Amino acid sequence: MLILECPYCGVKAEETELTAGGEAHLKRYGPGSSDDEFEGYLFTRENPMGVHFERWRHSNGCGKWFHAARSTTTLEVFGTYSAQTTEPPQEIKDKISARHPGWSWRDQS
Amino acid sequence: MQTPLKRYSAFAIAREALRDHTGWQRAWRKAQPKKRYDVVIVGAGGHGLATAYYLGKNFGITNIAILEKGWLGGGNTGRNTTIIRSNYLQDPSAAIYEKARSLYETMSQDLNYNVMFSPRGVMMLAQTEHEVRGYQRTAHANALQGVATEFISAQRVKELVPIMNINGPRYPVLGALWQPRGGSARHDAVAWGYARACSAMGMDIIQKCEVTAVRQEGGKVKGVTTSKGDIDCEKLGLVVAGHSGALADMAGFRLPLESVPLQALVSEPIKPCMDVVVMANTVHGYMSQSDKGEMVIGGGTDAFNSYTQRGSFHHLEETVRALVETFPMISRLKMLRHWGGIVDVTGDRSPILSKAPLEGCFVNCGWGTGGFKAIPGSGWGFAELMARGQSPLTDEFGLNRFTEGRFIDESVAAGVAH
Ligand SMILES: Cc1cc2nc3c(=O)[nH]c(=O)nc-3n(C[C@H](O)[C@H](O)[C@H](O)COP(=O)(O)OP(=O)(O)OC[C@H]3O[C@@H](n4cnc5c(N)ncnc54)[C@H](O)[C@@H]3O)c2cc1C
Ligand SMILES: [Zn+2]
Repeated sequence: MLILECPYCGVKAEETELTAGGEAHLKRYGPGSSDDEFEGYLFTRENPMGVHFERWRHSNGCGKWFHAARSTTTLEVFGTYSAQTTEPPQEIKDKISARHPGWSWRDQS
Repeated sequence: MQTPLKRYSAFAIAREALRDHTGWQRAWRKAQPKKRYDVVIVGAGGHGLATAYYLGKNFGITNIAILEKGWLGGGNTGRNTTIIRSNYLQDPSAAIYEKARSLYETMSQDLNYNVMFSPRGVMMLAQTEHEVRGYQRTAHANALQGVATEFISAQRVKELVPIMNINGPRYPVLGALWQPRGGSARHDAVAWGYARACSAMGMDIIQKCEVTAVRQEGGKVKGVTTSKGDIDCEKLGLVVAGHSGALADMAGFRLPLESVPLQALVSEPIKPCMDVVVMANTVHGYMSQSDKGEMVIGGGTDAFNSYTQRGSFHHLEETVRALVETFPMISRLKMLRHWGGIVDVTGDRSPILSKAPLEGCFVNCGWGTGGFKAIPGSGWGFAELMARGQSPLTDEFGLNRFTEGRFIDESVAAGVAH
């Protein structure tokens, strides 16, 4: 059972209180972009075995969207943070690096 | 030199019974990897093994290694609820799934291995007005595709499955899409039967051999690095279901899919009470009775990415809660086991059988929650694609469909689809 703390209202929400919204930090491409860029944005996903950044909505709570950093192999949660950002905050990156030496934030498209 | 494989037969059973079963051979050889093969298949699940089998049978290519990081059939092929049907909406789907279903009809004879194919009929319940219209549309599409299905009334549903409560109140049964020649088969036997036939053709099935890197030279595939050393090959087939993203990453490209857990559970064995397969897509539940008497129940996928081979408990709870309304008698059953598998889900819920961006490399994945039924058809088409560079069965399932916006959309029509 997955438990994430909503960064807005501070509630430790169990997963039935939340709605998963897929990979976070996607770069949005619109009209005028190339076919490959558009395909990448719409369909291609990191789908990593390991650290994953994703969007969640506290749907049965405050209703707001937030981001979470989580491991897809151990289900460890590294932290949650505001959705008003294009990159995970430094403290979350540090936490992940501490658990996975050599890990680095790469630019996800 | 290997001793030739003895055929299984009624006579063989009698012979072995008279000599304390001392004469049975290993079903397939233990093999150590050679330095080089014409074709290397990564993943000894049903799709990988079937691909190798039809490469040998239809194209005479037998210098093949099938590499498996765990044990043969230990992935989704050994974890599914074994539903076989071909009542899809889109023409390319109908073609490949019906090819597969028809190959299942004669698979036991073809492989000389009893896969226990049981065409007992698959019933997809319509429990909302929307589903009634959707399934009527599918029945019409199937008529044009030459797939035998029909839309049946709630009354007929009750006749076929007397243990069902069709009156709701929450999910009344309004009718069903009925495919009389759909059914189930023994999943392990499908993997074992193909493995035995591949081994008999001289192919090497190498278990506990994990691929850790894909080696390339001049933009072309050169081979793989594994836990048992480097293996070179001319052509490489990646057939690893939920781990396709990881293998694609090794080969330097990305795939339009995500890996999520899908769960199933079985009850204690009970006397025969239901001789068809029932799917209820509105409530994401489906059920059949195994030959041992267990009720085999499958549920929905988790909503978030995971490689843990176990899903969230609340999904099981939701599935069982909804099924209890339609099958009141199961409320008294004890559930014995539950498990999960990692399924690879694409945006249009259709598979990818395609040349990869790396020359000499091919991918067969994206079967998601419903690829057991497709194993022989997928192997047939993918073998042709790998041998000839093109196959009418796989043409529409290429990676380019995502760039070109040419989806084979089965998600709307078929709901969860298994
Ligand atoms: C709970 C559940 C219920 C399902 N129910 C149905 C159903 O009723 N009907 C239906 O049609 N389908 C169903 N499916 C889907 C079906 O099981 C799959 O689509 C199908 O089995 C996929 O077969 P495969 O051969 O592609 O993959 P798998 O059988 O998963 O084989 C892939 C193999 O690749 C191996 N591998 C992975 N990485 C590596 C590596 N690096 N090196 C070497 N080997 C590697 C794995 O160990 C695995 O054995 C269900 C799935 C699940 C999980
Ligand atoms: Zn909140």
